[in-house]
Amino acid sequence: MATEFHNLQELRHSASLATKVFIQRDYSDGTICKFQTKFPAELDSRIERSLFEETVKTLNCCYAEAEKIGGQSYLEGCLACATAYIVFLCMETRYEKILKKISMYIQEQNEKIYAPRGLLLTDPIERGMRVIEISIFEDSGSTSSSSTGSPSSGTAQ
Amino acid sequence: MTGNMHLGVEEPIRECQYNQICTHNSSPMDTPHTKKKKIKRKWQVFPGRNKFYCNGRIMMAKQTGVFYLTTVLILVTSGLFFAFDCPFLASNLTPAIPAVGGVLFVFVMGMLLRASFSDPGVLPRATPEEAADTERQIDATNGPSGPGYRPPPRTREVVINGQTVKLKYCFTCKIFRPPRASHCSLCDNCVERFDHHCPWVGNCVGRRNYRFFYLFILSLSFLTIFIFAFVITHVILRSNRTGFLSALKDSPASVLEVVVCFFSVWSIVGLSGFHTYLISSNQTTNEDIKGSWSSKRGKGNFNPYSYGNFLTNCCAALCGPLPPSLIDRRGFVQPDTPQPAAQTNGTGACPSNQVQNHMAATNPLLHSQPIILGGGAPLQAKTSLGGPCSTLGPSQASLPSSIPGLSCGGELMALRDSEIHCHHHLHHQHFISPEETPSPPAALPCATHLGHNVHPAQVFNPASQDSLHEDSVRGLVKLSSV
Repeated sequence: MATEFHNLQELRHSASLATKVFIQRDYSDGTICKFQTKFPAELDSRIERSLFEETVKTLNCCYAEAEKIGGQSYLEGCLACATAYIVFLCMETRYEKILKKISMYIQEQNEKIYAPRGLLLTDPIERGMRVIEISIFEDSGSTSSSSTGSPSSGTAQ
Repeated sequence: MTGNMHLGVEEPIRECQYNQICTHNSSPMDTPHTKKKKIKRKWQVFPGRNKFYCNGRIMMAKQTGVFYLTTVLILVTSGLFFAFDCPFLASNLTPAIPAVGGVLFVFVMGMLLRASFSDPGVLPRATPEEAADTERQIDATNGPSGPGYRPPPRTREVVINGQTVKLKYCFTCKIFRPPRASHCSLCDNCVERFDHHCPWVGNCVGRRNYRFFYLFILSLSFLTIFIFAFVITHVILRSNRTGFLSALKDSPASVLEVVVCFFSVWSIVGLSGFHTYLISSNQTTNEDIKGSWSSKRGKGNFNPYSYGNFLTNCCAALCGPLPPSLIDRRGFVQPDTPQPAAQTNGTGACPSNQVQNHMAATNPLLHSQPIILGGGAPLQAKTSLGGPCSTLGPSQASLPSSIPGLSCGGELMALRDSEIHCHHHLHHQHFISPEETPSPPAALPCATHLGHNVHPAQVFNPASQDSLHEDSVRGLVKLSSV
């Protein structure tokens, strides 16, 4: 297995950051946190569509669960209100617990799927829950041209 | 051949060389570079006009004078009540009165402090790469702009539950604002589910502290009515025994309490009623004032966020999940690699420049290995940051390049904001329609601030730009000392 993908901890070679792709929020369901599952063109040659969609869908599910208004959130809300919100000094909110879970999931996805393909997911919480930032790394052993011409075309003014 | 890795095909390791990408949380203390430099917390380099206390734990607006007035009024009135009226009432009626009063008072103060000190739901500003990407998308949508061509205001349309909603672009934060978010001109931040900026509370009221604000005004109404009623009762009981004038002489504080309560009860109870209506229809003050969902705007206009019934709307607003703060105030600013100015060598390939381009944990953090920003320079050109790879013309690098090109992404972006504003001014000739101004705060008790904020051209007011410029220069000096 180690030869199929590269162990992050072992390799110490220089890599070049070619570009970053941003997966935007999907607001069609309101203000709940949901990301678009549209497959960006820049990732076309780097990762399978199904893997990418799987990741985004799982993230969307997790966020939906965190923001769900139901029995447990009501209980937590009422308890907190009754204690003048002091309870949150000792207890973690459900949302925070799920965010931690998401963080672990992203780390796991990075290690298993994305890093071997020269990609890296950034936890959306680092970007204000606005985008999923995917950094695309170039193989420095190859020629220095970046994977797609699109970032450079943006400079033409 | 670049990066063509297919599933199942085993490529020799030496062909694909990736740097050690750290996907685990790393503490800034690990970096050997930081031992000499003082590490700053993110609140110290926050781009908005907020004030922070207790090492970033407390976050308030810039002007807090009225907040202190609120606190003093509540403390003094309640203090006088407990000191002068409660002993009489407790002994003559029931000790439950001071007890209930005490509980109410503690709740009021708790909610006030919680509403004032917490992050209302500030959206962090876009990182340079994100801003560049957004700009690119906007240019792609609008088409090429020739000289004299006026591009339309930057908006995106999205359909939410059947209703078309326009997302506006925030020029300060360089983001398309999520629905219901708005930019507060006083705090200079975009706030999620922006309700209004309340000077009484000394903070914006947004997604994260709306429930505290509402509970504050609701409990304050109860407290005001409670004090008012029982002070009157006290005076009446006393006057039954000793006559009205001597009753007033015996307890002069009661007069003051009655006066304060009488004048506050109208506005506070009125405000509670108004916000109860807003909560039950799931609207913000901002939306209500603009009439965003009123049927006067159009036949099919409705509020897409409402759950349909009053109870669900209330529960959602008050008992829904409380999202955490997006602006990690107490996190550490990631220390920078050696200043790019020393490393700029003017060659196109930028071989040995070290650039740090992340904010925290899961980003590629290369402590000891250099990153070569292969495709990065063109990205920088767009936002005219004049980063380490100085392939840009000299006019672009308007600020000293001792500023690390990409560190502290969003914060740096904001600090240089005024410069970029000017650049965009010249290059794209933006004309912001009045609709795009930062929304004015509510016309209710917060009326005192309406005077400052409604001017449509405020964003381009040269005076404010100068002060922004000043702020940004100060901020730059601060950053460069890191």
